Amino acid sequence: MDLHHFSLRQLREGLHNKNFSARELTETLLQRIHTLNPQLNAFITVAEATALASAAEADARLAKGESGPLLGLPMAHKDIFCTADLPTTCASKMLENFVAPYSATVVERLAAAGMVMLGKLNMDEFAMGSSNETSYFGPVHNPWNVDMVPGGSSGGSAAAVAAGLVPVATGTDTGGSIRQPAALCGITGIKPTYGRVSRFGMIAFASSLDQGGPMARSAEDCALLLDAMAAHDPRDSTSHPAAASDFLRGLDRPLQGLRVGVPEEFFGEGLDPEVAAAVQAGIDQLAKLGASVQSIRLPNNPHAVSTYYVLAPAEASSNLSRFDGVRYTHRSHAVENLDDLYRKSRYEGFGAEVRRRILVGAYVLSAGYYDAYYLKAQQVRSLIREDFRRAFAEVDVIVGPTTPGPAFGLGAKNADPVSMYLADIYTIAVNLAGIPALSMPCGFTRSGLPIGMQLMGDYFADDLLLNVAHRYQQETDWHLARPNLQTGEA
Amino acid sequence: MDWEVVIGLEVHAQLNTATKIFCGCSTAFGAEPNSHTCPVCLAMPGALPVLNAAAVDKAIALGLAIGAQLNRKSIFARKNYFYPDLPKGYQISQYELPVVGRGQLTVQMGDGIEKVIGVTRAHLEEDAGKSLHEAFVGQSGIDLNRAGTPLLEIVSEPDMRSSAEAVAYLKKLHALVRYLEICDGNMQEGSFRCDANVSLRRPGAPFGTRAEIKNLNSFRFLEKAIEYEILRQKDILESGGSIVQETRLYDANRDETRSMRSKEEANDYRYFPDPDLLPLVLDEARIEKVRQGLPELPDAKRERFMQQYQLSAYDAGVLTAGRDLADYYEVVADGVEGKLAANWVMGDLLGALNKAGVEIQDCPVPAEKLRLLVQRIEDKTISGKIAKDIFEEIFHQGGEVDAIIDSRGLRQITDVAAIAAMVDAIIAANPQQVAGFRAGKDKLLGFFVGQVMKASQGKANPDQVNALLLERLQKAD
Ligand SMILES: [Zn+2]
Repeated sequence: MDLHHFSLRQLREGLHNKNFSARELTETLLQRIHTLNPQLNAFITVAEATALASAAEADARLAKGESGPLLGLPMAHKDIFCTADLPTTCASKMLENFVAPYSATVVERLAAAGMVMLGKLNMDEFAMGSSNETSYFGPVHNPWNVDMVPGGSSGGSAAAVAAGLVPVATGTDTGGSIRQPAALCGITGIKPTYGRVSRFGMIAFASSLDQGGPMARSAEDCALLLDAMAAHDPRDSTSHPAAASDFLRGLDRPLQGLRVGVPEEFFGEGLDPEVAAAVQAGIDQLAKLGASVQSIRLPNNPHAVSTYYVLAPAEASSNLSRFDGVRYTHRSHAVENLDDLYRKSRYEGFGAEVRRRILVGAYVLSAGYYDAYYLKAQQVRSLIREDFRRAFAEVDVIVGPTTPGPAFGLGAKNADPVSMYLADIYTIAVNLAGIPALSMPCGFTRSGLPIGMQLMGDYFADDLLLNVAHRYQQETDWHLARPNLQTGEA
Repeated sequence: MDWEVVIGLEVHAQLNTATKIFCGCSTAFGAEPNSHTCPVCLAMPGALPVLNAAAVDKAIALGLAIGAQLNRKSIFARKNYFYPDLPKGYQISQYELPVVGRGQLTVQMGDGIEKVIGVTRAHLEEDAGKSLHEAFVGQSGIDLNRAGTPLLEIVSEPDMRSSAEAVAYLKKLHALVRYLEICDGNMQEGSFRCDANVSLRRPGAPFGTRAEIKNLNSFRFLEKAIEYEILRQKDILESGGSIVQETRLYDANRDETRSMRSKEEANDYRYFPDPDLLPLVLDEARIEKVRQGLPELPDAKRERFMQQYQLSAYDAGVLTAGRDLADYYEVVADGVEGKLAANWVMGDLLGALNKAGVEIQDCPVPAEKLRLLVQRIEDKTISGKIAKDIFEEIFHQGGEVDAIIDSRGLRQITDVAAIAAMVDAIIAANPQQVAGFRAGKDKLLGFFVGQVMKASQGKANPDQVNALLLERLQKAD
């Protein structure tokens, strides 16, 4: 039994048919993590004891006849979600020894659903990065080729799901941090509409862009997890009153008459031809399923990256001010006075990319530059939103590549931050607008690396994206491909 | 040519909500350090603010009371700076769009002149915690109980032209927030704090460079700090110098202001809209609901007191300066003559409170008791003079008015026969003075009145004594 390849539905059937217990399932996956994590570095914390305790609890509930859709099913959280009694590091030295006194709403909800949390997943430090190389705990390796990056910032989540360490994981997406690693690791991930998933207890990078979401090996599993994650949360003022929805009900709807828009701007210079071809084939497949395809324009998309790299650092520079060496963070020992305490604790606690973004953010907000940068970027953000509004008057779903190329080599883009920032060229506009978007596998390069296709929808059309992806996955098997990992077992 | 002083005030009123502005922690004063905290006000990673609706309603109440424009949409912004008692590294405040826009306050100056002071804006923000430097050697303690307490910052126009006007404005605002029950007004505990912007100019000239004076936690300090600042700036300007724009701290012990930081050293706060909070939108229904709940405001009450109790503008002004005093007066005046009640409250009562250093809300004589005392004058049970003695006693020792009158036999003598007997006895005992009076020395009447009152131990009704004396003295034997 290859439990590690099972979908949530298969695992649930197994539990209910008593083919295996939640404890056996948990032990199996913990063993696999133990074997594979040294190669992948996907986990920062493996929560063996608490996982076994929740598995025992789930078995007791199952024995009593309870049948919640996620009861007893394993998962892991990106280490950006606060978990009471377990370390929450955000992959930073700054929070190396931090244990939150409370759990994020998402953590509480999945625990209440009876899910068994196996641990906390590696990521780019404070979610700032597109390759998972900025983690204080070392880079994550791509399961399809361990010399390659898994993408970021939710690289640990993507690698763990792709490698079968967990069937599903949580991620967060500020400029592509769910979709880009999903694409590079050959899995499915959705960034929900802004306001769908509570940000309470999710460590903020850029509050107006951050959104948590599910990462899984199929659209159906994403839908199952999102069903439990999405809900209005009075503790998050930006949580939408209508955040909750049934994401499973419409999964099987036929795609007859679906209007698909393909943005010209997503197929220009810089797009890898293999990626272009695979995405085109994916679009053709949608047409075969009954969708009508038309070309559209998103004229302001080329400004998305520069807009993002003003707004996201601005918010981050303020959000990360609380990590000041005074309370729960790293504190420098070589401190003479208060200024020293701030300067040295923050210099030592933050990595280079985080420091760079804090500096950029402070700069664009400072007196004399605010209008030229921050305010201007907000204006461009409105234009980008307007682009999508106009597009969704004509089409139901926008389809294009998730990333300009497949996974790149570890260290390949470290010397040039701008080339790294361009890895998110197709994903960022979505966050600026607040709309939902999904990435799913649609092929492989000749060298065997996964290629992702992105679906973008109008506000609260998350269910439509899952529906389209699910129908696509019923007809194709790209999402069923598994990397070849050396487990040392026969 | 003389100098004109230009003053604007920034007042921080701590709103008396039960819980903090962005979390559910208690705002109670004086608790164990850091016991009123939670992940939100401790700025734990991932914690998010949720706006306290009660704080917003209190801001609306102030806006309505000063006839201000209420902004239907206002924005919370982050004011970024590092300080250990500011756990997020930014203060959530309102910057470009405050909840309360332009309004005004009318103050009554002593000489019957009214002056209108413009209020530029009032905005909601959170307080910081406290740093305690004394308690620990070589370390500082941080108490975050106060972090997140709601504040309303009320900013005036530079409309005041003397320390007296500034004090009158501050007193009026202080009375107003207490009338509205949005702030306890406790200046010692810092619930009502004031900063003053002071500059000098030649009359008619543009505004001069201003200094901002902080830490003015009483009306007297405000007055003294402004007076000091006027002299300081005058000295500089008249010796050919120029004023530096800076923040100065008032030191009450030395009665002086001293420089804290200059404009060049001022922080760049990098304000920007807080992405964790949606714009604050006020709808008409909400504003109307607050309007319905507003109490009678000082100006309206003053007008009513003048009408209802037949008081002078001055008396009505004194009695309505504070809501507690006004309420006290209305209980006393319920059933007795308004002016008499006013004389007692403003004279004997306020005098005794002042002398004892006690506030009206802690007055040892309940209003009902003072009313009874005044009633006993009106119904002629006791004389006004005896009443003053009884008041002294009930203020300091307590006791009941009627019981004291009875047990001491203080009841006024109104029996004509008894008074006549005393009058006759005094006339009989002083033949020389009788002769003098009858010879035209009218002033001697006072002597006889005094003798009779003395004989009655002050209890004889003075009007009756007067009448009987005149009758007997004018009657020739
Ligand atoms: Zn709190």
